[in-house]
Amino acid sequence: MPASLTSPSSKGLRLYGSEFASRFLIGSAQYPSPAILLDAIAASEASIVTVSLRREAGNSKGAHKEAGEGAGQQFWSLIQQSGARLLPNTAGCKSVKEAVNTAHMARELFSTPWIKLEVIGEDDTLQPDVFGLVEAARILCAEGFQVFPYTTDDLVVAEKLLAAGCEVLMPWGAPIGSGRGLNNPFALRALRAHFPDATLIVDAGIGLPSQAAQAMELGYDAILLNTAVAKASDPVAMATAFAQAIDAGHRAFNAGAIEPRDMACPSTPVLGSPFWHADHD
Amino acid sequence: MRIEILGSGVSGLCCAHAFVERGCEVTVISASDALDSTCCSWWAGGMLAPGCEGENTEPLIASLGAESMAFWQSIAPDYATAGTLVVATSRDQPLLNNFARNTQGWQTIEGEQMAGLEPDLAERFNKGLLFSDEAHLDPRQTLNQLIDDLKNSGVKFEQGQIDDSPGNDYSSSELASDVDWVIDCRGLGARHHLTDLRGVKGEMLHIHSRDIHLSRPVRLLHPRIPLYIVPRANGVFMIGATMIESTERKHASVRSVLELLSAAYALHPAFGEAEILEIGVEARPAFTDNLPRLRRRGKTLSVNGMYRHGFLAAPAMARRCVAFALDGIIPTEVMDENTA
Repeated sequence: MPASLTSPSSKGLRLYGSEFASRFLIGSAQYPSPAILLDAIAASEASIVTVSLRREAGNSKGAHKEAGEGAGQQFWSLIQQSGARLLPNTAGCKSVKEAVNTAHMARELFSTPWIKLEVIGEDDTLQPDVFGLVEAARILCAEGFQVFPYTTDDLVVAEKLLAAGCEVLMPWGAPIGSGRGLNNPFALRALRAHFPDATLIVDAGIGLPSQAAQAMELGYDAILLNTAVAKASDPVAMATAFAQAIDAGHRAFNAGAIEPRDMACPSTPVLGSPFWHADHD
Repeated sequence: MRIEILGSGVSGLCCAHAFVERGCEVTVISASDALDSTCCSWWAGGMLAPGCEGENTEPLIASLGAESMAFWQSIAPDYATAGTLVVATSRDQPLLNNFARNTQGWQTIEGEQMAGLEPDLAERFNKGLLFSDEAHLDPRQTLNQLIDDLKNSGVKFEQGQIDDSPGNDYSSSELASDVDWVIDCRGLGARHHLTDLRGVKGEMLHIHSRDIHLSRPVRLLHPRIPLYIVPRANGVFMIGATMIESTERKHASVRSVLELLSAAYALHPAFGEAEILEIGVEARPAFTDNLPRLRRRGKTLSVNGMYRHGFLAAPAMARRCVAFALDGIIPTEVMDENTA
């Protein structure tokens, strides 16, 4: 039996020692309403939902702290109704200090060691600042955080993040919100081949279910996306479409795809058959 | 019939108008003694744009909007029917295509047509969507006019705080004993009473510029927030509005203000020389589906959850409120609780 059928990846998604049935992580921003967000989460069957807290929490240490544990508490409570586990992120942070502070705030607000670490280096592409990212990952891993770093598809950066203590890597497919799909499938394939044991999640840039399936067919463990569902004309239907594509891509990877070839290869043996019975299907 | 209305924002005032029109004796009780900055309506954009809002709202808003626009047209002193223009910067053109796909009632505006509609924008934007059936008004002027009209019709205005601590029901208290209906229009002020109400923080600006002229509200598409610039009288423009899941309503953030101002600057660099008149911040009251609700508990009727659609929904909600209170007509599309 091929190794892929017995490897851990054919079971649930493993993240820092926990196992999850769904390989779809969904973002919670930009939906027409929280009600539609909850319906989309249900349709996605995602076990994990990302939440941003930088703007919603306001300056939680400041004088205007309201509504108990942060002014966005009501929205977060709504998301928690979905039953999904929350993955707080440091979206919008542009420096190590900001990201580390936001992670601390997230741990306090959500009582979780999980943090999706974003350190943005460039406004036009929202490209990760990989130097700041590695530094922030080192600090947070040392403090006991379980870090999910949003990174590029750069191998060397990936190595340094793993060395810092990350067990999960989240390379981009394309810039956040661009919907371009996998800009560099070659690099993503190389990353998968280099780190067969790390949990790899394509995060950002996915616009279509087929692109999500493509990433899963490359052997990625999961997909994280937000805009493609939230901004679709029908977010709930799109969430279902992505759930099915991610599942299909994962099953296809485990099933072991055939190698492409240049010439036709008849599926029915022709040897011994009269030539006028030869099939071409 | 004696009606007491809690709250003097756009919902409270529209309800007062609808009840007094039916011959009721109406008192409006409000935490402030006049329309002021403690009220969401003070910071409203005043856009009546059911078509544009259709991008990410349920069709209910458009149907309430059509009714409400007829009301405002009949009473607002500066009701303007110049439509709404939607544009995007060249790098955000895909957003314009998305917007077109998700809305109805627009026509594409290009080149010369743009110069005819908004000459100051024509050099920078050669394509846009015009929602010609939409309108706008000045919220402060309109509501002050409405308050004057209501006072002239005999509506009494009283200043007072309502004790809304959990377990305390104002409508069954001594204070409201001789009142037939208490209409609660306090927005987030009623959130201890309506526990599924949440705040959606919005920040906005008023700026002044003599260098630019706009004839209609312009929406500049942005990946995250619905940005718009609404022209007011005398060279004043309102720029709005952020949408943040937060009940915090005191402080505008630097980042939000930067975002709003850079939108104005992107629309026309001459806005760079404009004077900043005001920075506003409020939290809009919203239910989970962002749609308005009418709820009855005893003799209290709550009209709430206007979200970003106060002016678009309030007059239509007020009509439903009156039809329920006086005629027993249940507005099923907006009423989700009717407990006697």
